[in-house]
Amino acid sequence: MVVIETKDVTYTYPGATKPSIENVSITINKGDFVILTGPSGCGKTTLCRCFNGLVPHFYNGKLEGTITVADLNVADHKIYQLARHVGLVFQNPENQLFALSVEKDVAFGLENFAMPRDEMRKRVDWALQIAGISELSERPPHELSGGQQQRVAIASVLAMQPDIMILDEPTSFLDPVGAEKIFEVLSELNKKLGITIILVEHRLDLAAKYANHVIVMNEGKVALTGTPREIFTSEKARLIGIGIPKATKLYQHLKQNGVELKAVPVTPEEAANLLREVLNRA
Amino acid sequence: MLEVKDLYFSYPTGLEALKGINLTVDDGEFLAVMGQNGAGKTTLVKHFNGLLKPTKGEVLVDGVSTQDVSVAKLARNVGFVFQNPDHQLFSETVEDEIAFALKNFGFEASVIEKQIDWALNLLDITQYRKTSPFMLSGGERKRVALASILAWDPKVIILDEPTIGQDHQQKEKLQQFIMQLNAQKKTVVVVTHDVEFVAECNPRVILMTQGKILVDGKAEKILTNPKVLAQASIVPPQITKIFLELADLGLPTDVIDVHEATKILLNRLRNRS
Repeated sequence: MVVIETKDVTYTYPGATKPSIENVSITINKGDFVILTGPSGCGKTTLCRCFNGLVPHFYNGKLEGTITVADLNVADHKIYQLARHVGLVFQNPENQLFALSVEKDVAFGLENFAMPRDEMRKRVDWALQIAGISELSERPPHELSGGQQQRVAIASVLAMQPDIMILDEPTSFLDPVGAEKIFEVLSELNKKLGITIILVEHRLDLAAKYANHVIVMNEGKVALTGTPREIFTSEKARLIGIGIPKATKLYQHLKQNGVELKAVPVTPEEAANLLREVLNRA
Repeated sequence: MLEVKDLYFSYPTGLEALKGINLTVDDGEFLAVMGQNGAGKTTLVKHFNGLLKPTKGEVLVDGVSTQDVSVAKLARNVGFVFQNPDHQLFSETVEDEIAFALKNFGFEASVIEKQIDWALNLLDITQYRKTSPFMLSGGERKRVALASILAWDPKVIILDEPTIGQDHQQKEKLQQFIMQLNAQKKTVVVVTHDVEFVAECNPRVILMTQGKILVDGKAEKILTNPKVLAQASIVPPQITKIFLELADLGLPTDVIDVHEATKILLNRLRNRS
């Protein structure tokens, strides 16, 4: 089932001389775990803003083509209507957090939905726990570290249990173990609750194994779409310069030297297993 | 160049962020500060340009205690690029942003012009010269912040999470660029979680946890020690993970680089067959 569809979407910010995204036509299915990647300034963030209506409703500018999200035409629906379906975690958590305590920030969206207090309490506690910040609930968000703020931003979107979660580099401030935990959480939400995940990410080393669909953008256009394995071994992806996981790179280096593993590894575990086979055979 | 003696630091809230740090960074050294969120990494490096002053102990920059000098004065020697570029940028155009510190340091107009050109070019942001920094993407803003520091050519450059928001190509450029600064005998201190980035640069690494230094050594030693890494919430680089998994086959486990990995595997395969 298609949950997001864009048809020939071209968008220009007010005052800009050229469009930030151009003729973007993509389809995302319900339950997909999508990685959206590409050089900085390629239009990833702008595309994400199309999914929750910030483009065109908040930023104005000129939108052509149609964006359909959860069967709603984005141009005809208000941001708050779309917010019931789409949660966006910003690249910079400071742009998202504003309340005087973490739990108030996490509860804010739910309050706007007029959720009963008991249920709200449960949801907030659940989201804090999943994000691993239960102990921070009384703290003012602006006093927290970048990584902690990032978790608060994730919790505040999680609490809404949207059908679609868009995360713009949600783990950039987190240490690797913290980042892995967040990816695990997203993967679980994706598998258990069927939430569609759209992850904007440059660090593909950690994220690749969770995704079933990769979209590569370049200069405002969609350059490539496919499975992680297809994308990471594509010559075009290499030329655009996306961060191919080292496990896949090792596969490529070996291949160039006449050693071809049976499959394309995306994770170190996969690479180790494939290498073990070759090494044992030799 | 940097000398930290038994440094303790507590925030006004009472949080003790640093608990007895001892560290010496030589002139021209390249140091990566790694560790879990909240370990005190940023708190530590903020002592290097006097943004924070020790609660106890002492920090010397080029032989001078930071207690005795203003941040403005220290800044001439120590450039600090913040984790979040929005904490740093405020001017209306990228060009003004870079000019700001140069003007404050009293450089001549012609020098300022030259330095702006140089820094814009270096960080590949010449096309944004007249643009507002706030119109740029996160990665681009980060480069503006970096350009504005490098323009005045400090001896020590501190970069707090420089790779955040940078795409792959920019990251590779940044890496070359940091190596280049280091080759020019600049002292470079990088706070980062990016193990793959550190694996490629192979600098000296200190691993921090809970306000203390856990271990200090070359990246290839530290990043290949999963036990210490786990204590600091860091995972080994992918290449190291592969070799750790294959340890029972008698392969080395201290590999961090993909080229070296390829060489080892090819040798092994050729010798066997």
